[in-house]
Order: sequence, then C-alpha cells, then structure tokens
Amino acid sequence: MKYITSAIGRKQLMAVTGLAWSLFVLSHMAANLLILFDAEAYNKYSHALISNPAIYLAEAGLLLTILAHIVNGIRLTIENRSARPQKYAMPTNGEKAARFQSKWMVYHGTLLAIFLVWHLLTFKFGTVYMVTYNGVEMRDLHRLVLEVFQDPMYVAGYLLCMVAVGFHLSHGFYSAFASLGLSHPRYMSLMNKFGYLYALIIAAGFISQPIYVYCIAVR
Amino acid sequence: MGGTNGKKLNLKLKVWRQKNSKDAGHFEEYDAKDISTDCSFLEMLDIVNNKLILEGKDPIAFDHDCREGICGSCGMTINGNPHGADRGTTACQLHMRRFNDGETIVIEPFRAKAFPVLKDLTVDRSAFDKIIQSGGFVSVNTGSAPDANAQLVPKEKADLAFHAATCIGCGACVAACANSSAMLFTSAKISHLGLLPQGEPERDRRVLKMMETMEEAGFGNCSNTGACSLACPKDIQFENIANLNAEFLRASIRSRD
Ligand code: HEM
Ligand code: SF4
Ligand code: FES
Repeated sequence: MKYITSAIGRKQLMAVTGLAWSLFVLSHMAANLLILFDAEAYNKYSHALISNPAIYLAEAGLLLTILAHIVNGIRLTIENRSARPQKYAMPTNGEKAARFQSKWMVYHGTLLAIFLVWHLLTFKFGTVYMVTYNGVEMRDLHRLVLEVFQDPMYVAGYLLCMVAVGFHLSHGFYSAFASLGLSHPRYMSLMNKFGYLYALIIAAGFISQPIYVYCIAVR
Repeated sequence: MGGTNGKKLNLKLKVWRQKNSKDAGHFEEYDAKDISTDCSFLEMLDIVNNKLILEGKDPIAFDHDCREGICGSCGMTINGNPHGADRGTTACQLHMRRFNDGETIVIEPFRAKAFPVLKDLTVDRSAFDKIIQSGGFVSVNTGSAPDANAQLVPKEKADLAFHAATCIGCGACVAACANSSAMLFTSAKISHLGLLPQGEPERDRRVLKMMETMEEAGFGNCSNTGACSLACPKDIQFENIANLNAEFLRASIRSRD
C-alpha cells in the first residue's frame, strides 16, 4: 500500500498543509496589524514583501499547499460521507456528541476557499494606488484597505469568514497534531487548549482590522 | 435486589424494521407498556417481542449474548447514541431507570456501509474479523511454557496495552463516527499488541496490513472528532488513534516491501 494514497497518509498531508497555512495566516495577521498604527509602515512592509523576488517562490508554495489541502479535503469528505449511505434519524447527542466544528470542516473550509479568491481579487488584484516615500514609489495598499472597509456589507462578509477560520482552526490545529501522531494525553490536552487560543488569536487579530478601519480610522 | 420500588414506565418505541439487507427498511411504532425500571434495555425489548410473538407478528431482531457488557454482541443506536446516552455502557447494561415515563425512544441499527444490516437491528460486523485476521495476532514459540516474567514489560506500557485490550469489538465507535471510521477499533488492537515486546516482530507489518484491510472494507477515514471514544462502552481512549497514526508513519518509512 502506497503511503501517500493511504487513509493515514492523506490525513497527514491534510495536517502538514493545514499547519503550513496556520503559520502563514499567523504571520499575515500579525504583520497586517500595522494598519492599526501607521500607514507608512504598513505600505513599506507590503512593498518589502512584494518587491522581493523570493515572493514568487513563497506564493507558489502557498498555492500548491492550499490546492493539495482543498483537493484532498474534499476527496476525503466525499469518501467519508459515502461510508454511511443510510443516514441516522437522530444524530449523536448529549455527552456522546463530538464538537460540531470537527464535523463541519468541509463547510467552513469551502467558505475559506471562496474567501481566498475574493480576498485576492480585492487586494492583490484590486485598484492600484501609488504613493511615494523618500523618492521610492510603491503601492498605497493602506488607502485601498481603508476604502474597501468602508462598505458595511464587505466588512460583514469579512467578519463571517474570519469566524469561519476560527472554527476551522479550533479543531484543525489540534487535529493536525493528532494526525501526525502526538498521542501523549498531557500534550494532547495542552494542544487542544492551545488550538482554541490559536484560533481565537487569528480570528480576533483579523477581525480587529476592518472593525478599526470602519469604526475608528475613517470617522 | 433493591430495585426502584416497582416503578413502571409506559413508552413509545420507534424501531427500525428491515427484512433483510436488500429491503429498504422503515420505522415502526410500538407501545412498551408496564416496563419495570429495573429492566435492562434488552429485557424491555424482550417484553415487546413476547407480545409481538403472541400476536403472531415478527419479533424485532437484535444481537445479544452475554448481557453483562463483556462480549460485544449487543449494539444498537438508541436516541441517536450507540448503546444509548450513558458513557462507558453497553446496550445490555443500560437500564430503563434512565428513561422517563411517556418518553419516545428511537432505536436504529449501527449504520455504516461496512456493517450491512442483516435484519432490523442486527448488522454484519465481520469486517472487524477481517481487520483482526489481517494482523491482529502475535507469533509465539511452541514448546514448554516460558518462565513467568522472563520478558520484561514496563508497567506503564502493560497498563496501556491492557486497557486497549478491553475493546470488545462491538462497533459503537464506527456507529458514532461521522465518517464510519474503524480507527478506534483498529488502534485499540495496534496498542494492545504493538506496545508489548511480544508484538514487536510483527509491529510494522501489522499496522500496514490492518489499515489496508480497514480501508478495503469500506470504513471512512478519521477526522479526529473523538466521537468514537465518547461512544465506546470500554472507554478506549482517543490517544490510541494518535498512536496508530505515529505507528503507521513509522512503518511506512521503514517498510521494504
Ligand atoms: C486559511 C486556510 C486554512 C487553514 C489554516 C487550514 C487548516 C487546517 C488544519 C490545521 C486542518 C487539520 C488537519 C488534520 O486534521 O490533520 C484542516 C483540516 C481540514 N481542512 Fe483546512 N485549512 C484551511 C483552508 C481550507 C480550505 C480552503 C478547505 C476547503 C475545502 C479546507 C478543508 C479542510 C477539511 C475538509 C479538513 C478536514 C479533513 C478531515 O476530515 O480530516 N481547509 N485544515
Ligand atoms: S473501540 Fe470501543 S466502541 Fe470500538 S469496538 Fe472496541 S469496545 Fe466497541
Ligand atoms: S450482550 Fe454482551 S456486551 Fe451486551
């Protein structure tokens, strides 16, 4: 049996790709917090990223990773659903019910996939404003962000998706370590708690930005 | 027995009836009258069945054997939960005092593609036997019995292996899993045999073979929801699944097949 096509092999692929993206979203969230403080620093940071040729490698890596995660995740879910052709009249409940977000991975995951496309269209491929600091011309992404987050509908949609990423990670982060074989109950229970904290930090960090722009920055 | 002062319950049952594996199946309603709270769940079904037999009707088929929670024969989904709502309990050890007078109880078979319904609440769990046959064994030398304690086993590992060995193969883990995965069952066997020095010679081949068989039998993959462990009457721990993942990775790397 080939490892990479086996049930556990594919599960571990989910884990590795999911963890890679978990790290990426953490760095993306943390760096973008600059929006709360300083327009120039925000623009200079993004300029430093996109003017570095290594960005193409990073982008290709991220794209490949998320595609593997999505294709594999959807395939696993289809297989898993077909393993129970006749559904139950009643679901497990009470003390025997698993946390709901663990059974909804494909739903908040799909929302995240849609969000990613929407997000790239708005910002990466959105309106290009320019600004010059000390003679260096660069994209004025700060202006674009401020403009985009003035639309309450956009902000609402964004918040919904960030709640989804929170739910996805509140199970996914811990689950990835279980998939990779971390089995000691002490560290598992620690990871479970840390997973919730991680999910909360990511969701809250991303949510703070449109809220700040909508409620404070442009008032 | 102390009992519960001869309290009696009147219940409505919604029971899955299915003639055979080809039949589509449907729910049928029954009254269970004057049920003592001292009855076990299966005794309650016996009472309903006696009445059905007297009426010339087909009794409800369900699996059972020991009725003391050790054989793994009984198994049905009661109000959505395999073996009923109580943790660490088999259906045969579930008692009617856990139900309220006038309650409606929905009773379904364990549902999974790998566990086809044979009739009503009985399902074919021979897919588990296939998993066991593919690797759930150890090789021992024949001849005179070895000295006791000749082989050293760390107490901690012995305890973990022992607890994993309490799995009775009932299939509730599969029934509870949103993916109908047999990972908890399989992982219990991997821990039971693989943690001990006696299981070492087959360690890598065992995990590869048993997982291959599990997949072929039509069980789903694991999403780490943990529903299996919550439903398990023997409280087999989720950590066994994580251990299985590690064992599988290790064996895949080392395997020369
Ligand atoms: C922000 C991007 C994302 C991150 C950080 C992320 C992270 C994770 C992590 C850490 C896991 C746990 C892996 C495991 O259980 O071993 C996971 C599982 C999963 N993800 Fe994502 N994910 C992301 C996007 C997506 C997208 C776009 C989809 C689209 C369908 C998706 C679908 C799934 C599914 C279905 C699972 C569960 C698979 C299973 O049943 O075990 N994820 N994700
Ligand atoms: S692991 Fe628990 S639920 Fe699964 S077969 Fe064994 S005893 Fe039953
Ligand atoms: S009948 Fe043996 S465990 Fe229930």
